[in-house]
Amino acid sequence: MTSTLPREPEPRDPMTPDGASEVAAVRLRALGRSVAATWGTAALAAVLFVATLMIGKADVSVGEVVTSLLGLSDDGGIDFIVRDLRLPTAATALAVGAALGLSGIIFQKLLANPLASPDFVGVSSGASLFGVAGVVIFGLSGIGTSAMALLGATVSAVLIYLLAWRDGISGYRFILIGIGVQSFMIALTGYVISRADLFEVPEAMTWVVGSVGHAGSTELRIVCLVLLLALPAALVLTRTLHVLELGDDTATALGTRVEVSRIALIGVSIVLVGFATAAAGPLLFVALMAGPIAMRLVGGSGGGLLAAAFVGASIVLAANLFSQHVLPEPVPTGVVTGAIGAPYLIWLMVTANREGRGG
Amino acid sequence: MTHDLRAHDLRAQRLTLGYGGADIVHDLDLVVPDGRISVIVGANGCGKSTLLRGLARLLKPRSGTVSLDGRPLGDWRSTDVARVLGLLPQSPVAPDGISVGDLVGRGRYPHQGWFRRWTAEDDAAVAAALEATGTTDLASRTLSELSGGQRQRVWVAMTLAQDTDLVLLDEPTTFLDISHQVELLDLLTDLNRTHGKTIVMVLHDLNLACRYADHIVAMKSGRIAAEGTPSDVITSELVADVFGLACQVVPDPVSGTPMVVPCGRHHAAAPAVV
Repeated sequence: MTSTLPREPEPRDPMTPDGASEVAAVRLRALGRSVAATWGTAALAAVLFVATLMIGKADVSVGEVVTSLLGLSDDGGIDFIVRDLRLPTAATALAVGAALGLSGIIFQKLLANPLASPDFVGVSSGASLFGVAGVVIFGLSGIGTSAMALLGATVSAVLIYLLAWRDGISGYRFILIGIGVQSFMIALTGYVISRADLFEVPEAMTWVVGSVGHAGSTELRIVCLVLLLALPAALVLTRTLHVLELGDDTATALGTRVEVSRIALIGVSIVLVGFATAAAGPLLFVALMAGPIAMRLVGGSGGGLLAAAFVGASIVLAANLFSQHVLPEPVPTGVVTGAIGAPYLIWLMVTANREGRGG
Repeated sequence: MTHDLRAHDLRAQRLTLGYGGADIVHDLDLVVPDGRISVIVGANGCGKSTLLRGLARLLKPRSGTVSLDGRPLGDWRSTDVARVLGLLPQSPVAPDGISVGDLVGRGRYPHQGWFRRWTAEDDAAVAAALEATGTTDLASRTLSELSGGQRQRVWVAMTLAQDTDLVLLDEPTTFLDISHQVELLDLLTDLNRTHGKTIVMVLHDLNLACRYADHIVAMKSGRIAAEGTPSDVITSELVADVFGLACQVVPDPVSGTPMVVPCGRHHAAAPAVV
């Protein structure tokens, strides 16, 4: 870029297409890594899922699990253990974990902050509050509880969105206000439980610390169905999410309808959190941890939504195995995810602040 | 790689803009000269960035219209506008860990759709944009490890990958040292001269504005104080009026365009002779 002094405009053509194949090669290399990492996380979730079906008071072999799942087994005893006793827990862990992981990464990408996950900003606790209120105050169950939990997640999210909106949404305001909403929801949950009859308290407690072992079959079916609908929706919206990540101005300039797209993505996320919480209660920090782990695995900053779903599922499946079979006394799954998540959160805050970002 | 250029008509009519509080741009009329480089100058807070945001539909008019090819921007489908009109905001943001290739590729968004995903044409457009900005070698690096000048060139590359006939840039030279400023403005000039891209930008440096602009728009308090070629517009009277600065305007020894030499309260060698 040196120019001799009386610079006569002899413009170079700066747009000669050259090296398109190099660009394609770089892109394909990144895509290859991302696809490999996603398959890896899927395989991990599958292994943990099968392990959940194998391990227990009576151990079942891999072959027996697979044949029983495929309906090829003629051993009624094995079928009972695998399909009736263990499958509901394993399926809940898989579906709830995937739903939380997916909703977490959508929030984190939208708000460009690893702290902005629904279980950190009070969306999950809104779902818990409404869920427990449904059980304790209105005596609901099944679809009624799921609907209440979804309503709670929505109320929380709308509340945060409205309070944080000021010519657009900034990550910091959203998170700080979300933490406030979180405290409010948790306090109200405590109040609702204190009003419960004594025999309702054990059930109500699953809304304080989540567990994958108590999901009703209706709640489980709903979260599986929602996941089947939300996954493709999220994948279709990924392209728009990638543009929203560049900030509202750039996203508008590139032709996105920013508010509509953002609300659609938040909507998908809320539905996932609401129904996941209805099935298993609040599983702390799963949504917070899954996204960043998935992003580190896929590399770069594209994609990662599917991987986050599989990582979320793996975390919950592993936490359930640990809570049921490794600890001397079984504890709720949420205790284990909370115990892994808390140090991660501290690490996140320390490193984020060192880099001048984050909470 | 670029498609055939069409003539475009971007204009503001009786445009009033503001954010929340008082109006910032008042009842402003502007026709952007097609195929030229226009530079908006003015003191801090005069509304020049606001006007650019209005032209790029980042800000809805309070009254009046911004129209592209005869239709108000609000009547266009947003991706259709984005295929004609690109914008580089003042401080764009990117997610952590993003690679240069990925970022520039996101500029292709308006050319893709639900069913039309990534194609060889997209690769070619990204390659051309990297080539144009001299960032081809950086394609697999992450944005965060680049210097400020490299990063700004990458952002320009993203805007170029959008492949629009009109390119708006909000203070693209801020945070760049003088050699990178000149390099970037030379690049934009190349794009204008070889591809006929219409360029509209906000610049702080009056002398660079005079050198690189075909058309200067000088703003004061939300209105256009003067517009035209740099040699018609930039006079010591205008600079005094718009910037409140006493100065002499002399010919730029390199380009012959007006050059503003400010007169401060100190360091005057001799009484000013015009």
